[in-house]
Amino acid sequence: MESLLPIAIVLVIATAFGFWHNRSRGKVVVKADKGLITLAMIGADLGARVTLLQFSSAFCGPCRATRLLIEDVTAKMSDVAHVEVDAEANLELVRKLDIRSTPTTLFLDSRGHEIGRAMGAPKREQVLQAIAAIG
Amino acid sequence: MSQVTNSAKSSTLIDARGPRFGAAITTVVFAAALATNNVWFVVVQAVVFTIGAFKGPQFTPYAFIYKKVVKPLLKGEVPTEEVKPPQFAQKVGLLFAVVAIVGAATGLDLLFSVAVAMALGAAFLNAAFNFCLGCEMYLLLLRARSK
Repeated sequence: MESLLPIAIVLVIATAFGFWHNRSRGKVVVKADKGLITLAMIGADLGARVTLLQFSSAFCGPCRATRLLIEDVTAKMSDVAHVEVDAEANLELVRKLDIRSTPTTLFLDSRGHEIGRAMGAPKREQVLQAIAAIG
Repeated sequence: MSQVTNSAKSSTLIDARGPRFGAAITTVVFAAALATNNVWFVVVQAVVFTIGAFKGPQFTPYAFIYKKVVKPLLKGEVPTEEVKPPQFAQKVGLLFAVVAIVGAATGLDLLFSVAVAMALGAAFLNAAFNFCLGCEMYLLLLRARSK
């Protein structure tokens, strides 16, 4: 047994990062405008009022939970669309919109303007609040 | 309204607590490797990672312990997850382990220690915070590769 100090250092840094990371996941933040998002870019119709554009990938655990949550929340909202795209198959769009991790969910208004985005799995209230905030 | 466009379709579902339990054992193994500077801990872990990375995390010895010892003690609904994300994490783990073994074999002690420390941090984040390595790394790797 040489020293336990390296273990302690790693665990303290990882713990601090873990708390920070978990707190920031799912929070809806406003990003600089990246321009309008159109039907042609995502291969699906926008919602009449709001579109939730979810970027997912194959090696992403919370993507499935996010999909199930958004499907559930938006099931009875006829003017809200949920569109899920595979980030890997849409790398050009991923770069243009600066998507860095999955899941990332963009909240778009009826014209396709990004109003906010959530990195990581959002909570039900966060999704509801973000939808309500869009006219 | 919900619509899925060219999305990666679902894979096999496994008990989500299994890989997390495995990450807890992995944390202990890497901590032991870091404290003792003994490469054999990493070699054993690399064998486990190899099984997890290529056959699937549900087939590792750690998963076997989970199924036989831990799972019978747990009650309530079984949370499931797709097998691909933890399998990706096993591959990343294997990469760290191989780098550490190369470091030890070539006398680069610092390389060994740094690789083991990073693997320890990742395994701990997975066990304690359910950190999803594939979520954070995969897209950045893809973006970096095809620039």
